Amino acid sequence: MNLWQFMLQNHTEVLELTLEHLWLVGISTLLAVLVGIPLGILITRWPVLNKPVLGGANIIQTIPSLALFGFLLPAPWIGARADRLAILALTLYALLPLIRNTYTGIRGVDPAVVEAGRGMGLTDRQLLFQVELPLALGVIIAGVRVATVISVGLATIAAAIGAGGLGEYIFRGLAMVNNQVILAGAIPAAVMALLADVSLGWLEKRLSPH
Amino acid sequence: MSDSLNASPAIEFRHVSYRVNGSGDAGRELLHDLNLDVQRGETLVLLGRSGSGKTTTLKLINHLLTPSEGEIRVEARPTREWDVIRLRRMIGYVIQEVGLFPHFTVERNIGLVPRIENWPADRIAKRVRELLTLVGLPPEIASRYPRELSGGQRQRVGVARALAADPPILLMDEPFGALDPITRAELQREFLGLQKRLQKTVVFVTHDLREALLLGTRIALMEAGRLVTVQTAEEFPTCAEPLAAAYKNAFGSGA
Repeated sequence: MNLWQFMLQNHTEVLELTLEHLWLVGISTLLAVLVGIPLGILITRWPVLNKPVLGGANIIQTIPSLALFGFLLPAPWIGARADRLAILALTLYALLPLIRNTYTGIRGVDPAVVEAGRGMGLTDRQLLFQVELPLALGVIIAGVRVATVISVGLATIAAAIGAGGLGEYIFRGLAMVNNQVILAGAIPAAVMALLADVSLGWLEKRLSPH
Repeated sequence: MSDSLNASPAIEFRHVSYRVNGSGDAGRELLHDLNLDVQRGETLVLLGRSGSGKTTTLKLINHLLTPSEGEIRVEARPTREWDVIRLRRMIGYVIQEVGLFPHFTVERNIGLVPRIENWPADRIAKRVRELLTLVGLPPEIASRYPRELSGGQRQRVGVARALAADPPILLMDEPFGALDPITRAELQREFLGLQKRLQKTVVFVTHDLREALLLGTRIALMEAGRLVTVQTAEEFPTCAEPLAAAYKNAFGSGA
């Protein structure tokens, strides 16, 4: 039987794993946005924090993903459930693009515009929310896009620790030396990454300043 | 305001110095022991070349920079004691690059300060229309975006924006410097007309002697962070000060 037939036959499982995968990517990206964007804003206000914050996120990025999953295993609450661990690891990996893009997006706003705004008597909060963030939004969404696409790929490793997702098929297929099973996991993941890239890319264009 | 307050200068500089990169004797001094008064309703031009400290002086007024030494007083109160936001909202600020908000229409650009001051919407709309007429722009321009405007139109919007909340003081940093000579001459003429009508206290930075003589009530000549001389526009051409003479020569007999 070919791949398409295999997937049709096992469509329940394919769907289940796809949804698990979406869940892992979705929650971790959301958490990364909730932590990363404020951190990015913070380091534009306190440049002294620039090196530690960006440096820290950079270091996390360099840890091989499988190793990170391994490090976090013994951790008390996190290590107890595989999906919590996977979500934490995925969130950590998504932080760097979000922090960095928020930072460069805000820094990239025309300094004349910021100076005019400040000189007019805008408070720092007004400047941030009415001028800097709207103008930085395109770059920030680009960061979300990069983070999401990376997450979709990285989440396949979550299966190695039992957190589910399309990685299940990939690892199962590797163990069974069965290409069909591998592809049944890899192709939906690739399609998911592509869809995320295209739709967030469209959003990025729409929200970029004129 | 009592009569005695009206007679006091709108802006005063007392022994103001400004240093960057370090304190004490370590830093680079951009301004040294500046003492200057700006009278209510006059147009004081800060004239000088690059590095003379004229932009630094301007930014000390609306507290975009803080003095290393000395005191600046606005409306008889030291800038250090003012609530910075309140201070800046009563001072209009126009810069050479204009700095219009690209994601706002002309109307939202002009109406920004009134909006954050919580003016009612209809009062803002009315004020925007008034200002567009004042700066010589057609009302249709209100719904356009800055990227659709010419350089001259943008700077007119910049001036309108600075005047929106009707501030008594206007700071202008080489506002017409980036425009072509014809547009620049147009805007200079219109500025004169505007000043005659509005009688704001204006501090105007320029390196162009002709512009200084045309627009200024008094001209403060600056060089290397120091105030060289202050003359009325009429006296300036015959001033004996060597630097003033150098300026005149640089601009030829046309000045």
